[in-house]
Amino acid sequence: MKKYTFTEQKDTRSGFGAGLLELGRKNPQVVALTADLGGSLKMNDFEKEFPERFFQVGIAEANMMGVAAGLTIGGKIPFTGTFANFSTGRVYDQIRQSIAYSNKNVKICASHAGLTLGEDGATHQILEDIGMMKMLPNMTVISPCDYNETKAATLAIAEHQGPVYLRFGRPAWPVFTSPDEPFVIGKAKLMIEGTDVTIIATGHMVWKAIEAAEVLIERGISAEVINIHTIKPLDEEAILKSVQKTRCVVTAEEHMRNGGLGESVAQCLCLNYPSPMEFVAVNDTFGESGKPLELLKKYGLDVPNIVAAAETVIRRKAR
Amino acid sequence: MAEIAKLKDICTQVRRDIVRMVHAVQSGHPGGSLGCTEYMVALYFEIMDVNPEQFTMDGIGEDLFFLSNGHISPVWYSVLARKGYFPVAELATFRKINSRLQGHPATAEHTPGVRVASGSLGQGLSVACGAALAKKLNGDKKLVYVLHGDGELQEGQIWEAAMFAAHKKIDNLIATVDVNGQQIDGSTEQVLSLGDLNAKWQAFGWDVLHMNGNNLEEVISVFKKAKEHTGKGKPVVILMKTEMGFGVDYMMGSHKWHGIAPNDELLQKALDQLPETLGDY
Repeated sequence: MKKYTFTEQKDTRSGFGAGLLELGRKNPQVVALTADLGGSLKMNDFEKEFPERFFQVGIAEANMMGVAAGLTIGGKIPFTGTFANFSTGRVYDQIRQSIAYSNKNVKICASHAGLTLGEDGATHQILEDIGMMKMLPNMTVISPCDYNETKAATLAIAEHQGPVYLRFGRPAWPVFTSPDEPFVIGKAKLMIEGTDVTIIATGHMVWKAIEAAEVLIERGISAEVINIHTIKPLDEEAILKSVQKTRCVVTAEEHMRNGGLGESVAQCLCLNYPSPMEFVAVNDTFGESGKPLELLKKYGLDVPNIVAAAETVIRRKAR
Repeated sequence: MAEIAKLKDICTQVRRDIVRMVHAVQSGHPGGSLGCTEYMVALYFEIMDVNPEQFTMDGIGEDLFFLSNGHISPVWYSVLARKGYFPVAELATFRKINSRLQGHPATAEHTPGVRVASGSLGQGLSVACGAALAKKLNGDKKLVYVLHGDGELQEGQIWEAAMFAAHKKIDNLIATVDVNGQQIDGSTEQVLSLGDLNAKWQAFGWDVLHMNGNNLEEVISVFKKAKEHTGKGKPVVILMKTEMGFGVDYMMGSHKWHGIAPNDELLQKALDQLPETLGDY
């Protein structure tokens, strides 16, 4: 089984910041906006180097989304940066009308997604954003797993014509992918090959899925781990290819079960290859204050939960 | 200047188009459309530098217009068609299935002249600010125009954008507010009074002008004055007094005709007041 290690932990938002700076140097059409969270989103280096292409809009996210839509008229490629909650729920109608329906080339970059935001608590821990964004026609939804992948995704979405939602997080997290791996929108990454169960994960939960596979192999279970960094469009071919081999699935995501990655995978399977499936996700509840890892444990998003779900779904397959 | 008499003829024809369009589908918003006819005709036929034959989304080297109060799409569609953006005959498809002329303006069907969807109110000023900033980044000296309803100013996003435009010194932008004092549920005074709009916009850091939006000569002269006010470090807003339903006697002076269409008899009554000038579609 392929082994993954890491030598450092870095926040995915810093991957976004590094990617944005590189983009600024590569592409003069790239502009960036923030709603008083430029520091948290690690946009300061871009701001320093390209002050004329950086727009601080103040605490006014609705206006930021509209300004971003307007900047595309004239050829700019705007990257908005604020927390995931304020990037989606707070401005849903602005995104829906001025960006998605109008098919504007805006990149909505959202940090501090999910429970691992930590101590700020449920007001800021959005767990519904993937659902809201994937329901919008024209919208691409991307949720990378570590620093390197977030940086690569940031670079890749500038080349994609159309609105994109890019989701990442706050805490330092293992860096386990290579900095030179290509990022192809809509193309899943097969992280570990296996035969007994397919674990499909996104974002921070990809690392948890890899750790779970290591536990499972010691129990004699061969798990295949797929990193779905693009939730929409979903790489159905990769999912079906794996599930036709393993015949059962566990999804893992730092998001509400309703509307998340698991729901997209379930739709794909029930239409094409109905199979037993378990969901590792937050189940219809708000989060709370706490340390990121404590929260993942309390809300059932930890390694033992993925292991248990894998064992359960394998038993269901045998029936 | 195009002869004022010719522009007035266009206004009359546009008003005929508006009432015929909403009558044909028994839906749409004639009141605000009729009130903003002089504004829209002056803008497209006298004030803006546009290229209707070759519409591009980016509009580089052209003036841009955004309709934030998207429900008055009939007046915009009529003026776009009469200006040559698309065939006048297409006005007959307004609000019908498979049409480019959606109830509220949209880009999904690639309607020439439309650069963003509008209808959900309060969003257009932000979009216009963004487009004006793109023009500055591109070194494009042309201007951006945007129209709002007065009821629309009840949306908070308008004031976010108003603060932003002044702070960023977006001085290549001319916003206009259609102050007709009416919204769907009644007068703005009854529904949610807007207070002293002149003082509000000034306090937000805008250069404020005023005009009677139903006096064509005045609309043109104030627009020209507004253009002279651009490039001076402040965004410009024109508070434009209009009468909802202007040009059709039974629609004037009430919120009743904000969003309903005339029946056959009332259509005829309206058309009797608006002689055909350029030819009906």
